[in-house]
Amino acid sequence: MNMKQEDIIKPENCVYRKPSLLTDENMHYCPGCSHGVVHKLIAEIIEEMGMEDKTVGVSPVGCAVFAYNYIDIDWIQAAHGRAPSVATALKRLNPENLIFTYQGDGDLAAIGTCETIHAANRGENIAIIFINNAIYGMTGGQMAPTTLLGMKTSTTPYGRRADLNGHPLVMAPLMAQLDGTCYVTRQSVHTPAAVRKAKAAIRKAFENSMAGKGTSMVEIVSTCNSGWKLTPAQSNEWLVENMFKKYPLGDLKNE
Amino acid sequence: MESDIRLMKGNEALAHAMIRYGADGYFGYPITPQSEVLETLEAEMPWESTGMVVLQAESEVAAVNMVYAGAGAGKAVCTSSSSPGMSLMQEGISFIAAAELPALLINCMRGGPGLGTIQPSQADYFQATKGGGHGDYRLITLAPSSVQEMCDFVALGWDLAFKYRTPAMILADGTVGQMMEKVILPEPRRRRTEEELREQCPWAVTGKKNRKRNIITSLELNAPAMEVINNNLQAKYKRIEENEVRCEALNTEDCEYLIVAFGSMARICEKAMELARKQGLNVGLLRPITLWPFPAKAIEQAARKAKGILVVELSAGQMIEDVKLAVNCQVDTRHYGRMGGMIPTPDEILGVLKEMFVK
Repeated sequence: MNMKQEDIIKPENCVYRKPSLLTDENMHYCPGCSHGVVHKLIAEIIEEMGMEDKTVGVSPVGCAVFAYNYIDIDWIQAAHGRAPSVATALKRLNPENLIFTYQGDGDLAAIGTCETIHAANRGENIAIIFINNAIYGMTGGQMAPTTLLGMKTSTTPYGRRADLNGHPLVMAPLMAQLDGTCYVTRQSVHTPAAVRKAKAAIRKAFENSMAGKGTSMVEIVSTCNSGWKLTPAQSNEWLVENMFKKYPLGDLKNE
Repeated sequence: MESDIRLMKGNEALAHAMIRYGADGYFGYPITPQSEVLETLEAEMPWESTGMVVLQAESEVAAVNMVYAGAGAGKAVCTSSSSPGMSLMQEGISFIAAAELPALLINCMRGGPGLGTIQPSQADYFQATKGGGHGDYRLITLAPSSVQEMCDFVALGWDLAFKYRTPAMILADGTVGQMMEKVILPEPRRRRTEEELREQCPWAVTGKKNRKRNIITSLELNAPAMEVINNNLQAKYKRIEENEVRCEALNTEDCEYLIVAFGSMARICEKAMELARKQGLNVGLLRPITLWPFPAKAIEQAARKAKGILVVELSAGQMIEDVKLAVNCQVDTRHYGRMGGMIPTPDEILGVLKEMFVK
């Protein structure tokens, strides 16, 4: 049988397409980075929920600062760590909007810990997407609050030491114990199965926000192969062997 | 209709003026001597009457970023604080200015530096008019000298902020915030509807219904593009300088001695001027109402025949630099100031003026 290309490329044969809300802008993320997958999930979910005209995303400082280039919704870029404050005001002033923050570990768990905890404790009806890859990607691989003990970064070149650098900060249990949170979960996007679970989690967080149930946080335990100095495939293995021990996947709170 | 005349503190007048302006939101954090703003708003419960959002934030840092977001959504939003709290807000103010968002900021100044004192001061003049935060931006800075102006400048500040899409600050001193005076409250206005807001602020992030998406950011990594953004900002500031200077001139025509003072100090200097004129001294008073844009031309004009200018401030001498620039150092310009919450009397100021210039 001699099938031509045009015989195959037909609407009825389509099994997958780029979400309509992902723009055609070339992503600046490194190949292998988790950000691209999570962006795609968010774009899909907003489209599936039919919320593209009512969503405002809050982008952080860090690699994801340019998230606004890639998902075709309204965006506001927040000062370093202040995304939960920005989201608080957006949601309170326009309760009919779907408001989510997209933050890295430095943004959410170092400079913005105060805003994160207080927004969640007030039970703001927002969704927080927390990309935890245990390193500062944008600035060139420095130690993050979530960097594992022994992990080498450009500011812990001999490995993180508890006596010098303190311990990794584990945010999810902190957030789960607050009365204002309704949903705290850890997910990853290192396998197709994990991606499907992560998508369901983000959708739940968005639905909670619109249902006025309080604050949801979806932590995505992620890879940064450039910062980790590993190939994308090695990064996924390292993630499973090391990151999941400190940051195990699953729901911490689901009300 | 009869005017709504009340006796109240400057800080309370701010809160009532916000509600009556049709404000959408206030985000604050307690600090003396301006806590009455948040207290009055919480007591008035405007969320029940107008739908205005009032929120006590966890810090001044959070509060100013809530204002950044509210302004980004095209809302009439405000925060207030006093000097140390205002220092914490400077990063956010730079973001608001850079993203070209309209917001009302209020600083009810107390003595510094550091934790300083809760008594009145005017030592944040540099911070308000010369930047405070990082980068080349300017703040429209209004200096009220009465409780009535505290009330009136809320509307003026927001109107200017929306007109130019830039933050405006009411730079009050602790005296004006704490003192009680008669005030005529404005007629209440209703809050803008969602449709009115979308029409007035087509740039706001409210969800991209019936339009292309909006992005609010101050980031641009491409240097030539960033320079264009800066040039546009500076062009806007030039328009503000050309159109929005405000000041009050009393007896400045042909005055021999000119006093320049703002805020509560201008009130005390007005008394000093009256005392001087009773003694036969031809003293005039120029009170800058906008500290930026600064009334340089008005000062230059008022000082044309002056033998000396006395700049009176509750600081070590900050506005005096702008006064000297206004007269190009052609007139003998001296400073008198008290610090640490001390406030000079009219007699004290007159004495200083005579000693410095009259002899």
